[in-house]
Amino acid sequence: MEKYYQKDMECASREEMVALQNKRLVEQVKHVWENVPYYRKKMEEKGVTPEDIKGIEDLHKLPFLTKDDLREAYPYGLLAKPLEECVRIQSTSGTTGKRVVAFYTQHDVDLWEECCARAIVAAGGTKEDVCQVAYGYGLFTGGPGLNGGSHKVGCLTLPMSSGNTDRQLQFMTDLGATILCCTPSYAEYLAESIHERGLRDKIKLKAGIFGAEAWSEEMRRDIENQLGIKAYDIYGLTETSGPGVSFECSEQTGMHINEDHFIAEIIDPDTLKVLPEGSQGELVFTSITKEAFPLLRYRTKDITVLSREKCSCGRTLVKMHKPMGRSDDMLIVKGVNVFPSQIEAVLLENGYPANYQIIVDRVNHSDTIEVLVEMTPEIFSDSLGKITEMEKNLVAALKAMLGIYAKVRLVDPKSIARSEGKAVRVIDKRKI
Amino acid sequence: MSVKQITAFLENKAGRLLEVTEILSQNQVDLRAINIAETADYGLLRIIAKDSDKAEKVLKDAGVICTATPVIAVAVSDRPGGLNGMLKILAKENIDVNYMYSIFGHIGGLAYMILQVSDTENAKKVLIENGIGIAGAGDLGIN
Ligand SMILES: [Zn+2]
Repeated sequence: MEKYYQKDMECASREEMVALQNKRLVEQVKHVWENVPYYRKKMEEKGVTPEDIKGIEDLHKLPFLTKDDLREAYPYGLLAKPLEECVRIQSTSGTTGKRVVAFYTQHDVDLWEECCARAIVAAGGTKEDVCQVAYGYGLFTGGPGLNGGSHKVGCLTLPMSSGNTDRQLQFMTDLGATILCCTPSYAEYLAESIHERGLRDKIKLKAGIFGAEAWSEEMRRDIENQLGIKAYDIYGLTETSGPGVSFECSEQTGMHINEDHFIAEIIDPDTLKVLPEGSQGELVFTSITKEAFPLLRYRTKDITVLSREKCSCGRTLVKMHKPMGRSDDMLIVKGVNVFPSQIEAVLLENGYPANYQIIVDRVNHSDTIEVLVEMTPEIFSDSLGKITEMEKNLVAALKAMLGIYAKVRLVDPKSIARSEGKAVRVIDKRKI
Repeated sequence: MSVKQITAFLENKAGRLLEVTEILSQNQVDLRAINIAETADYGLLRIIAKDSDKAEKVLKDAGVICTATPVIAVAVSDRPGGLNGMLKILAKENIDVNYMYSIFGHIGGLAYMILQVSDTENAKKVLIENGIGIAGAGDLGIN
């Protein structure tokens, strides 16, 4: 029997949901227009006023926001509530430039935690459960989000934060954790440690909620088998709240987007035109309930597909496919979308280092793609047969992932060109 | 009675082999045998050095990927059919020869081949039983 945290929203009819979105969008645009001069200016430049937005049909008239806007407006430029009404900030771990800081009123925190609670209940969580939150706590949204969701559901919450595997395993076994929330890579690491220490019979885990990084279906099955659990994906971004923007149900065929809070659009990242339902493109979110930091048409850069196919769980919320890559990195080779992240995932899964370079070229009017991989002591052997066999397997795995043939070339260690210490991942000779 | 062979990975690009032989010569590594197996993109450089530990160290220090493999040095008689006879002995025992190459010059009047086989211990046993000489590191003047 499927359980829901907020059934009226999660299973609302399309008409009810659209009516709610229309109402909330109109109010949100007005709220932003009146309180965020930065966005108001963008609207004025586009010749749009709140009166032009009568419902979600008019969403496409609004200007986009990108991460650059967030950096430019740092720290208060996109704030829509007085600071004294804000109770929290969260921030992204940006590798370059300024950090992105998002603000929350108490109401924002409550709604965010409800979104996470929906994810926990969809994973089978009830107040009988012991929920071990092993995401990092602090500026990162993972720990605080799932922690709050777990409270809302009424689980006994273990606020472990990340790291300290000995302590994680001690609490997991002594307190009988039944739900584990962490990054998929940490889940895999914990699973291996449990296996090595012979603790498999001592754990009571039944479900895991894993997100905040890319992971493959193969990795999911591996974690599920090792821990004897069902592993659920969760998606979110600090800019719109944190984890819980979308979450997986028992069907495990995509993540339901909490549409009563976020309107999702798919656009062509080049033309910026909205694409018809079922197309692959860049995911854009409009927050329609956030008070302090309400982003309208925020470009996530994640490439995905939305599906309104009926879900066996009973939820009517639209589902998004696990992001296939980032729009900034997307390459089109032989008419197929290729993401360096897909290639990186295949390399890691096959025991290769993540040190690679992709060379795209056009030979005789046909695109070619070549993946350079640095040889390592771990994969090297005296047998030419073994090395060529490994290469063949890698080519097959790349073909399975990308749908096109990619040549593999093994190169000397440290031979992949680096600029300012960072490896250049893609060389597109078609553009040179 | 096995001999330590060092195998290095070499990307196929102009001057790469020279770079590696420069490293060996600058460090006075004395080579007894050398062989290259190659594909379109890379090659495996296999060497028997007078001081194999030193060879391995200087290559690794220079960032060359290498690995040590035990191989057998077999005395091959100069008369016709000598090599054929030895391979027959191994084939009879279902031992596969993965690759072979020869050592520079004659040692004690004998020519030696380096063999890498599917079952090193068994190969040594049957070759000795059939009266075929196997050289140890000492016989080849290496360590
Ligand atoms: Zn569902």
